[in-house]
Amino acid sequence: MEENNQQSKRKFFETGIKFGLIATAGTILATKVFGEGKSKETVELMTTDGHLVQVPASEVKEFSLKPKDYNPRVGFPDKKFVMVVDLAKCKNALKCQNACNKGHYITGENAWLKVYKMQESAETAPYFMPTQCQHCDKPPCVKVCPVDATFKREDGIVLIDNERCIGCRFCMAACPYSIRVFNWKEPEQGVIANKEEYTPDFCGEPSVKGTVDKCDFCPHQIVKGELPFCVKACPNDVFAFGDMYEDAVTNGSGETFKLSALLKDRAGHRLMEGLGTEPSVFYLPPTGRDEDAFEKGLENYNEFESVHKKE
Amino acid sequence: MKEYDKLIQDLAPQKFGKLGQIWVGFLLAVILCALYAYYQQLSRGLSITNLNDYALWGVYISNFVFFVAVSLVGSLVTAILRLSGVTWSTPLTRIAEVIAVAAIIMAGLTIIIDMGRPDRIYNIFLHGRLQSPIIWDVLVISTYLTISLMLLFYPLLPDFAILKKHFANQPKLSKWYGKLSLNWTGSKTQEGLYNKSINTLSILIIPVAFGIHTVTAWLFATTYRPGWDSSNFGPYFIAGAFVAGAGAVVVIMFVLRKAYHLEEYITDMHFDKMGKLLVLLCLVYLYFNVNEYLVPAYKTTTEEAGHLYSLFLGDYAIMFWSAIIGGLVIPTIALLFPQGRKPLPLFIIGIFVVVGAWWKRFIIVTPTLLHPFLPFQGVPKSWHTYFPSMLEWTITFGTLASALLIMTILFRYLPIIPIHETAEEKGLLETHKTDSL
Repeated sequence: MEENNQQSKRKFFETGIKFGLIATAGTILATKVFGEGKSKETVELMTTDGHLVQVPASEVKEFSLKPKDYNPRVGFPDKKFVMVVDLAKCKNALKCQNACNKGHYITGENAWLKVYKMQESAETAPYFMPTQCQHCDKPPCVKVCPVDATFKREDGIVLIDNERCIGCRFCMAACPYSIRVFNWKEPEQGVIANKEEYTPDFCGEPSVKGTVDKCDFCPHQIVKGELPFCVKACPNDVFAFGDMYEDAVTNGSGETFKLSALLKDRAGHRLMEGLGTEPSVFYLPPTGRDEDAFEKGLENYNEFESVHKKE
Repeated sequence: MKEYDKLIQDLAPQKFGKLGQIWVGFLLAVILCALYAYYQQLSRGLSITNLNDYALWGVYISNFVFFVAVSLVGSLVTAILRLSGVTWSTPLTRIAEVIAVAAIIMAGLTIIIDMGRPDRIYNIFLHGRLQSPIIWDVLVISTYLTISLMLLFYPLLPDFAILKKHFANQPKLSKWYGKLSLNWTGSKTQEGLYNKSINTLSILIIPVAFGIHTVTAWLFATTYRPGWDSSNFGPYFIAGAFVAGAGAVVVIMFVLRKAYHLEEYITDMHFDKMGKLLVLLCLVYLYFNVNEYLVPAYKTTTEEAGHLYSLFLGDYAIMFWSAIIGGLVIPTIALLFPQGRKPLPLFIIGIFVVVGAWWKRFIIVTPTLLHPFLPFQGVPKSWHTYFPSMLEWTITFGTLASALLIMTILFRYLPIIPIHETAEEKGLLETHKTDSL
């Protein structure tokens, strides 16, 4: 299995270069090439392990993330989206939560993204931990759904089709991260701006009474070449988002890191690894905990509210 | 001949008396209230309940588990006792089978009540995925309902033929009984088919009965949650189901005996035997409870400890200990004494057992959900606890009343005690046959 994975990855890298796979976030490769006949021109491309290679321009094609036959249940081909959450940087600014609530028209009592106040034991320092859907590679929620309303895409994103969900809430019982929220009543979302036709890519647009919602990893932003709401909004660069196959993640300030190096150097881990859910969200430990910064973060902390209601 | 006629006279269905009419009226009133409450739920969503994103399942689901549990008694009395050659259970088989049918019908309806989008139930057939335990439940419950209905219906065939004759002066009723008897004449071929079918169904229903409750247990055990994450859950649920079902039989056989004056057919001996059976079932269930609670309590992992604390000493302690002591330990002790197995004491014990069994399911479903892995944060304070709302209670009582109404109606039109089988056992059939020749 492991070997197989390696092999397919290698194969992917080769074809990736051949067909000129250009990074989405636009940081790995600055040159944009339009196939101009069969000139001898070459283009400089960076491979995933950081080497620069010269490739004939004629071999490079324009890349569009969203293929013509895009299927919201399959997702973006040859992608595997991941997120890195740097707990050392989180100061509970809650900009992520506000942006997410606003962007997804969340009107219930329970936000999709919550910043938990955590403390392992009385002897250890407290810290803040932003938590949203972990987009597990072995999602327990998907396993139990009786009607295939919640599903795992090829690009790693777990979504919900709220036109199919029957509201049994088994997925919520199965999720160990308690991140799924239910529309107990008719959501009062008001007018949804730039409304495109509903597909599961647009979780919460609209939310539907009697169905389940959750963090969707913002495929609607990805397709525009933008970062998810929370990543963009964070003033402390806590979040970084990217593609595991490109081995690169980008934070809100636009800095891009090599994912594998980041996880190795900073001792990344995933939540409840022991359960075998294999999340797509990696956490970097809350090193250098600063008591003053934590105290300051507590000003924003509200134990009983995660969605601000308009007065 | 005379004895045979008296048997039919005694056991033929009777019209409701005054008390019976009041009873049906009361049940209908409860059901009407529940229908109004359900209408509210349909229009306003599940927000009329006190459920929330943490306590995402509540009294509807525990009530569902209770119904499935009670329905298992059909297989216990009609199949397991029959196949093990027990004869004293004959007068109780129909009671048990009617309870099973009513309970399994209401189990199916209760699970729909819990759904956020009951209007999309067809998706289960359009998009059903076999890896979901809910689909297993749908398959196995519908199978169990089918077999239970057949196991209720087949033994009724000769009785229907008898009733057709008995109600000859009421042509409409007689015609219906005649139709339902499927032209039963009691010929050798028919008898052969009849016995073979009932035996086959009795064997078939046992694995299916184990199946429904094991799968129901797996709805919980296939998650990671403390209190549910247990490999013990299937057998634990089945052991508990037999207790609940036997308790229900004891209660209902007492009421029917009183209401329809069946003292001659449901005797003290039957109560004594059911009492002994109930002791055995309670002891088995107690054993599973010890496993289920004491083993994790010995280890006290963080998650399990929080959950167990809420049961042993916390918010749910009163409910938990009432269910365990009042619904299990005291009944077991009381039933060890012959006086405890007399009809009235057994009836009272039966009520304790059934009510305890109902609360036990509530305690299995709710406290676990209030002990998530990540802390309760960012949600209203009211979400930290769960107790059903008035409308939730109304709907729940409506489902219980519906189950009782189904039983009441079936007992109104079906002979409560199998006439044919009783006559056969009393040796009346042969004399009757020669008489009529």
